[in-house]
Amino acid sequence: MPLLEVNSLRVDYPTSRGTVHAVENVSFSLEKGKKLGIAGESGSGKSTLGLSLIRLVPHPGIIVGGCIKIDGTDIVKLSNHEIRAIRGKKVAYIFQDPMTSLNPVKRIGTHFVELIRTHEPTTTKEEAFKRTRSMLKNLGILPERINDYPHQFSGGMRQRIMIGLAIALNPALVIADEPTTALDVIVQAKILDLLEDLRKVYGMALILISHDLSILLERCDKIIVMYAGHMMEYANSTELYKNPKHPYTQGLLQSIPNIELEDQKLSAIPGSPPDMHNPPKGCRFWPRCSYATENCHLKEPPLIDVGNDHFVRCFLYGEKGAQQ
Amino acid sequence: MSEIVKVEHLKKYFPVQKSFLEQLFTRKLSYVKAVDDVTFSIKKGEIFTLAGESGCGKTTTGRIILKLAKPTSGKIYFDGSDVTNLKGEKLRLIRRRMQMIFQDPYASLNPRMKIGDAVGHPLEIHGLAKGEEKKKMVLEVLEKVGLTPPYQFINLYPHQLSGGQRQRVALARSIILKPEFIVADEPVSMIDVSLRTTIIDLMLTLRKELGLTYLFITHDLAVAKYISDRIAIMYLGRIIELGSRATLFLKPMHPYTQALLSAIPVPNPERKRKPVELAGEVPSPINMPSGCRFHPRCPYQKDICRKKEPKLKEIEREHFVECFLYDV
Amino acid sequence: MSEPKVKRSILAQLMPWLKSLARKGPSGWMVIAGIIIVLALVIMTAIGPWIAPYNPTATRVGPIRSPPSLQFPMGTNHLGQDMLSRILCGGSIMLQVSALSVVICFLIGVPIGLFSSYVGGKFDSAVSLVIDAIYAFPGLVIAIAIAAMLGPGVINMALSIAVVYIPSYFRVVRSQVLSIKELAYVEAARATGAKWHTILLRYIFPNVIPSIVVVVTINFADAILTAAGLTFIGLGVTYNIPDWGWDLTDGRAYLAAGAWWIILFPGIMIVLLALGFTFIGEGLSELQNPKLQR
Repeated sequence: MPLLEVNSLRVDYPTSRGTVHAVENVSFSLEKGKKLGIAGESGSGKSTLGLSLIRLVPHPGIIVGGCIKIDGTDIVKLSNHEIRAIRGKKVAYIFQDPMTSLNPVKRIGTHFVELIRTHEPTTTKEEAFKRTRSMLKNLGILPERINDYPHQFSGGMRQRIMIGLAIALNPALVIADEPTTALDVIVQAKILDLLEDLRKVYGMALILISHDLSILLERCDKIIVMYAGHMMEYANSTELYKNPKHPYTQGLLQSIPNIELEDQKLSAIPGSPPDMHNPPKGCRFWPRCSYATENCHLKEPPLIDVGNDHFVRCFLYGEKGAQQ
Repeated sequence: MSEIVKVEHLKKYFPVQKSFLEQLFTRKLSYVKAVDDVTFSIKKGEIFTLAGESGCGKTTTGRIILKLAKPTSGKIYFDGSDVTNLKGEKLRLIRRRMQMIFQDPYASLNPRMKIGDAVGHPLEIHGLAKGEEKKKMVLEVLEKVGLTPPYQFINLYPHQLSGGQRQRVALARSIILKPEFIVADEPVSMIDVSLRTTIIDLMLTLRKELGLTYLFITHDLAVAKYISDRIAIMYLGRIIELGSRATLFLKPMHPYTQALLSAIPVPNPERKRKPVELAGEVPSPINMPSGCRFHPRCPYQKDICRKKEPKLKEIEREHFVECFLYDV
Repeated sequence: MSEPKVKRSILAQLMPWLKSLARKGPSGWMVIAGIIIVLALVIMTAIGPWIAPYNPTATRVGPIRSPPSLQFPMGTNHLGQDMLSRILCGGSIMLQVSALSVVICFLIGVPIGLFSSYVGGKFDSAVSLVIDAIYAFPGLVIAIAIAAMLGPGVINMALSIAVVYIPSYFRVVRSQVLSIKELAYVEAARATGAKWHTILLRYIFPNVIPSIVVVVTINFADAILTAAGLTFIGLGVTYNIPDWGWDLTDGRAYLAAGAWWIILFPGIMIVLLALGFTFIGEGLSELQNPKLQR
């Protein structure tokens, strides 16, 4: 049984201008210890998708359909009390902005100790501090700094602390939402290396959410490409890189500058992301697609299995297709 | 070969705020050395990139060149004349020839000004055109940046446009005075990846059409490689390597440049990446390391690196490095 | 009767804006409620002289200190004046004083705030020091002090209230300017060669207006209460013209005698008017700050 199974997930945001369907009909699965990347640009719904996996979609967003099964349990149906037992313990979330995600009036050690003792109340204080010190060592932070406050650390170190907090309870799944956006490229690489090292030691599954497809291609086993709330393509990274099928994925790959190539010809995708209050009818990508046909304006393409564990939501690959 | 912009020994030190007690008892002033002795020149028609991580001083340098900030010391030359201490009317005249594009498309346009007014305002400021003539020039320049049909855009407000469109408006506003030099500070880092190339290609087209020279400021070396003619890598306020696009990426000499390049993600899952071997993080610019400011993190540090500061030297043709590995 | 017609056509122009307010949730409804209350009271005061059943200044139109009855729905005061008529006409002084004080505050506080915070440095520190000193005093105390110096009258009342509220405008404008002047579009204007007054007037001021509107409305509310307070201690209106503040003061003397109606109705009116403005101000402030919305 896969660790995470998402089926036909739908998340809506009711607003004064009408309902925004932030995530529509997303289905995928993740095995224990594997890495999944969720790629998308602004308005794609990738952050909403990530937050829904621990039921932290901000108000007024609401999960309106589908199921999210973690180790067989559908967390959409759990009570607030039950979901709190899962958050932090089974599934951990690393937020985007390390600057504001730590409590500025609490020492770093306190952050960890409180976390451990909340979820594992039988742990003694000494035990918790011991575990915290060894965690700090694994993060590359001097254990003597256990009594420092967040503002005494740089952005990169704060992000390491966030990662440490996420894995302190040895969760089965860690979701990192744009963990490197606020960081410089060297720090970014080291953070992602750290995440990978810890992942190997603790054996957790990882979901990386990012607009930077390069990072996901480098570091994930499978990738989901999101556009305007829909899952457009879902495949292994190598397969996606060698054989991108969806016109959006192809466009994305052609617009990323690759520092290892000389004389690259870059091209952009014409148009711009849609207004999510009024998305295009039919396939949401058709206004920007060079292969769009009459059909694309009218009907939403189903998710089509093109073999090799590769799924595309596009009429170019047939009308009927095996839904996942 | 004419230089349109030259900076010599540019320094910008920000005094650090002291607490009340410190003010009473100590005379020692500490400074954030944001820009620390930077010298380079930009040739007419080229795209010169200042690259580096955040806090390296690249944005401050750009703002000083544009006279939006005063340097602590050093000289700035524009088209041969010394503009370091220019003020008043003479400064306003120079401002017509150099412009800036900013990083955040959401903050670079006045939310209360219609697009047409915002783009046409520079003409008003310099008394160059009024009424119908101004409107014609605005429509022309909006057409140039790809906002067509232009008359549909002049009465819109910024919040009605997307990020990419706003950045185009910012470009339009910057070229309406027909400047010769544009400083572009991270113009695409806040724009969706699939749209970045449009803005970059637009900038390249405008360079050809209008004979522009660009100072491109970025932390994204992949973009820098795509667009630049020459690149200078900055670290803690100094230029540590400067070279043409061909040489810098092919043969990065400074250990920091090498580390930077190895850290950049490559969209290729089959590429085996080596973990970055760089210790620690960028130190605080208030307490700079002695000698070469990079030495604590450098895998090749020698004794001399701790004691003396290396100087930028031309190691091969048009390729400068500031490092004792090459300074014999 | 020309006034009601003018107000109705303005209402017609405002309808689309009001409709969009209504859609914005409880904060929007609060603004609309406030607007309705204020407009109702303004209209009532404007047409008061025409619809009042009795001459509000005429004495002995009814028995002295008689409680509310069919003939005198709000009772009469000790001079035998009809309270209902006095209430209908009594808002005029208050509205004039508060409107005048708001105008004075705006014309003085906003430009000083804009200029001082844009210039910055030692000049700004000095001005802020002075303004903070004024701000540190309790409003009513300063108003009393100045009213005592200037004497009674609508303009003097307005002036004394204005001095109290200039610091609020200054502070709000200053905090906005300090953050706006660092934004890219202001730098862009500087880079283009715009002079400081152009930048202040066309780039900074228009973006400061939303926060000023909130201060204006709260200022109105506070001014009304302060005007009532000044009259209460004898530094406001001193002659027996219909005025809610005057009746409030007057009614206090007769409360002990059991004539609760003389003080109650003017009190309700003052509270209602202040409440109306407060609703508008609070509602607008909530709308501007999405995180405050319920």
